[in-house]
Amino acid sequence: MSDAAEGHDDRSLRWLRRAVKFPYFWLLLFFLAPFLIILKISLADPVVAQPPFTPLLEWGAEGFEGLRITFSNYVFLFKDGYYGIIYLSSLKMAAIGTLLCLLLGYPMAYFIARQPPSRRHLLLLAVILPFWISFLLRVYAWIGLLNNRGVINELLLWTGVIDAPIQMLYNDFAVYLGIVYSYLPFMILPLYANLERHDLDLLDAAADLGARRWRAFVDVTLPLSAPGIIGGCLLVFIPAVGEFTIPALLGGADTLMIGRVLWDEFFVNRDWPVASAVSVVLLLLLIAPIMWFQRLQAREQETGR
Amino acid sequence: MRIRSPGLVSIVAFGYALLYVPIVSVVIYSFNDSRLVTLWGGFSLRWYASLLEDEKLLEAALLSLRIAFLSASFATALGAIVALALHRLGRLRGRLLLSGMVTAPLVMPEIITGLSLLFLFISMADLIGWPMNRGATTITIAHVTFSMAYVVVVVRSRLAAMDESLEEAAMDLGGRPLAVFFDVTVPMLLPALVSGWLLSFTLSLDDLVISSFVSGPGATTLPMYIFAKVRLGVTPDINAITTLIIALVALAVGIASFVTNRRRSA
Repeated sequence: MSDAAEGHDDRSLRWLRRAVKFPYFWLLLFFLAPFLIILKISLADPVVAQPPFTPLLEWGAEGFEGLRITFSNYVFLFKDGYYGIIYLSSLKMAAIGTLLCLLLGYPMAYFIARQPPSRRHLLLLAVILPFWISFLLRVYAWIGLLNNRGVINELLLWTGVIDAPIQMLYNDFAVYLGIVYSYLPFMILPLYANLERHDLDLLDAAADLGARRWRAFVDVTLPLSAPGIIGGCLLVFIPAVGEFTIPALLGGADTLMIGRVLWDEFFVNRDWPVASAVSVVLLLLLIAPIMWFQRLQAREQETGR
Repeated sequence: MRIRSPGLVSIVAFGYALLYVPIVSVVIYSFNDSRLVTLWGGFSLRWYASLLEDEKLLEAALLSLRIAFLSASFATALGAIVALALHRLGRLRGRLLLSGMVTAPLVMPEIITGLSLLFLFISMADLIGWPMNRGATTITIAHVTFSMAYVVVVVRSRLAAMDESLEEAAMDLGGRPLAVFFDVTVPMLLPALVSGWLLSFTLSLDDLVISSFVSGPGATTLPMYIFAKVRLGVTPDINAITTLIIALVALAVGIASFVTNRRRSA
């Protein structure tokens, strides 16, 4: 906004300046404050009481008596190798899931972007459409397919490809499949947005210079689509690390993902300080990819204008 | 440039199959008479009939719809204000904090959002005695907070593409700021507001994790109810619910594309 317009704006937009205070306050209260509280609880001792943690600020007869902070919950997380393994396993599963998503999503986005405009629209719509049907129900649908007595196994048995059902449900394979299936549109959309903007003359130039199609793809298209690849991967990876529903429904007892452990820590073990510490560490792990994504978005918005 | 590579085409076909096979199979098996999920026992509507008798399910569905309607409406209003403020107010105090807070929920793990909001509600109940009971209200508040982020994204991209000269003309002709806002700006933003509302509605209707954390005894949303059932394996009546929801979505998409096509040709 130019400075000349500022005076004009100040008068006509006074109401907006007032109105924005409400959502501002809303976000401070319902988004920022909860994080400070979770940080606070992660530094408190668990006690058998309601709420089940010691207060952080000690108020005695004499008034404020001091800050009571304990890092024991974090020490517990690090000493107890269990959580370290779960964090690593969540990162690994999310990374593999993201890679599989990219391997399937890239060819799809590429194919769609190279179709005539009218068909592009339809193909893209077909990618987005399942998103409007409940995520939970779509994940549930896989249980019926992957079951030992499920559609896929029955089909394979009937055709004689296998003699005994293959265990496809309640293991890591099912979780990877669930991640690829659920997050595929989030991978395809940023990739498509990037690939669609490419200047095809560059490929013609490469062909004129004698490059084979594959060579032209690797040397021209792939490097140009790097922002789309990074954007899509982050959009899949970040939520996949903390995913709960997919491992809870499709994973086995030995599928270790932090979202599920956090759920159990809270609902089953009722250890709130440890659950808080678990989520603070999860957030710290995700801060780097989140910042990366925010910067990418900001740059996209600038070049998009 | 045409693509003829059979390898590429088969990967793309596989991708689309992956997206649609589960949905199609659920629809087919929702009409299966057999209790065994994979055995075909003939065509039947018994699972649809059993839905109507499931009072808990109907209750949960009504609660979810109510929460989704309320939270989508609130989120659209608040999100539109935030988007306008970020776009139009050059000098806004705490601008960075506002845009950070409003985009963060997009990438925040749900499980952390749910846990932290629950702790907030408990602390608030401790301090000021509200909310005494967690349920529909606390779920709605949570849904407004995360849906707002999506509304802001949608409205901001519309604002960036919008021509502001109409509003300036209305202003120059002596229109009062609020009147110009409702007579000129809102109609121009309408498509973005509608899609923001629909997106918020869907997200709210779909949310399992955050609702589970901030809900209290007695308030069970549809996803919470379905999750409790599905965790024990496949149940045929869930197939029927899924099919109904798919039909509803297909109807909504059909109406939406009919309306936009008519507007385009008119």
